[in-house]
Amino acid sequence: MKGIVYTETVVHAAPAQYAADAPYQLAIVHLENGERRTVRILGRETADRACVGDRVEFVEERDGVSYFRKTAALSEATEMPRPLV
Amino acid sequence: MRPVAVIGIGKTAFGAFPDRDLRSLAAEAIEHALTDAGISAPAVESFYLGNFAGPSFVGQNHLAPYIGTAVGFESIPCTRIENACASSGSAFFHAWQSVAAGLYDTVVVAGVEKMTSQSTPRVTEILAGAGDMSGEGRAGATFPALFAMIARRHMHQYGTTREQLAAVAVKNHANGAKNPLAHMRKVITVDQALGGKPIAEPLTVYDCSLISDGAAAVVLVPLHKASRYNSRFARVLSVAQTSDHVALDTKADITEFPAVKSAGQKAYETAGVGPGEIDVAEVHDCFTIAEIVASEDLGFANKGEGGPFAAAGCTAINGRIPINTSGGLKSKGHPVGATGVGQICDIVMQLRGDAGERQVSRHRTGLAQNLGGSGATCVVSILGAA
Repeated sequence: MKGIVYTETVVHAAPAQYAADAPYQLAIVHLENGERRTVRILGRETADRACVGDRVEFVEERDGVSYFRKTAALSEATEMPRPLV
Repeated sequence: MRPVAVIGIGKTAFGAFPDRDLRSLAAEAIEHALTDAGISAPAVESFYLGNFAGPSFVGQNHLAPYIGTAVGFESIPCTRIENACASSGSAFFHAWQSVAAGLYDTVVVAGVEKMTSQSTPRVTEILAGAGDMSGEGRAGATFPALFAMIARRHMHQYGTTREQLAAVAVKNHANGAKNPLAHMRKVITVDQALGGKPIAEPLTVYDCSLISDGAAAVVLVPLHKASRYNSRFARVLSVAQTSDHVALDTKADITEFPAVKSAGQKAYETAGVGPGEIDVAEVHDCFTIAEIVASEDLGFANKGEGGPFAAAGCTAINGRIPINTSGGLKSKGHPVGATGVGQICDIVMQLRGDAGERQVSRHRTGLAQNLGGSGATCVVSILGAA
């Protein structure tokens, strides 16, 4: 499952139950099937962080949360799975 | 529906008050409002309370009669309303309806929250419950994170900058520094705001409203009876409440709030005024980006131009449309359940000409906009001077 980042943030001040994960990146991704979903972006390095328009792909689901990783930056993407709103 | 007036307002200071409990804060605000109105507690026929999370913050439920009996309301309906950060705006809407419909002649609406007794991570967790806990909440979305994602998208679509967000914080702190009841009476600079500790990128601590304790209350009567009590009343020209999906990722375009646009349109239509005729506004700046989006959704700025509009000083006390002369949630503080009624008190102060060094020169018509969650509830109220 592939998608495009519609928006994102890196959370530094986490709620109590996710304090150990911080800082972590959240994104709303626009998936190929038209769905929009709030997901985690894997990785902690600057290069792993996804920006608006970057392409991402599904890695796994844990505890009802979808984890995605960046596959290509906006500038490297040759085709867009879906137009950005 | 008959016209309604606000005849009394009362607020506590907003801040961190470790020695005060939730009930004493609410009682203080209500007693101020009753005194200001010139009525006694037994004359009150119905009581509405806005509160978001008393059970989670202080372990107390059944709050409306708990507070009502403490101020001397006798055997009347006491009802708590919860709509996240719009809880007391929503309480105001329902109280206004009950007077407008002719059910009651004297109604008190209050809002209260006691937040500072919990740690910041725990407050963050409780506030996250106003989002969709089956989706975004489970993924780790805090409220700052949701508004950070709104900011990121607004920047992407319209070129809004971090400096424009900071301009909102600087302006609200400048106003709040002059408000004796504000939580953080501190002037800040753009550089300070930009260099603040990151909370959820691109938002820093200076983009976020405060975790506060506080309460606010107002007294409503039918307009035709208002002058029997005092000459300082304000006319309620309209109150509109609307709703939308709770989850941010269900919105087609997160750079605007459909609930704010529709509540604004309804409120303008009923009041018979447009955005250009509003002299002063209190808008829900839970985050700096929220004030920018609200200024667009309410028609003060063009879509996408809220950032430059704020940075150019159009929303300052002497600007085209003064926004958050109280200091807003950013500097005045944001005791969640108290915010909506607090905004009404601040607008009434301006309409009376009682806002001191924050007073706007033209003050015939004012607007208050109270937002719940990331836009699932909105209440817009328009008030006019007596």
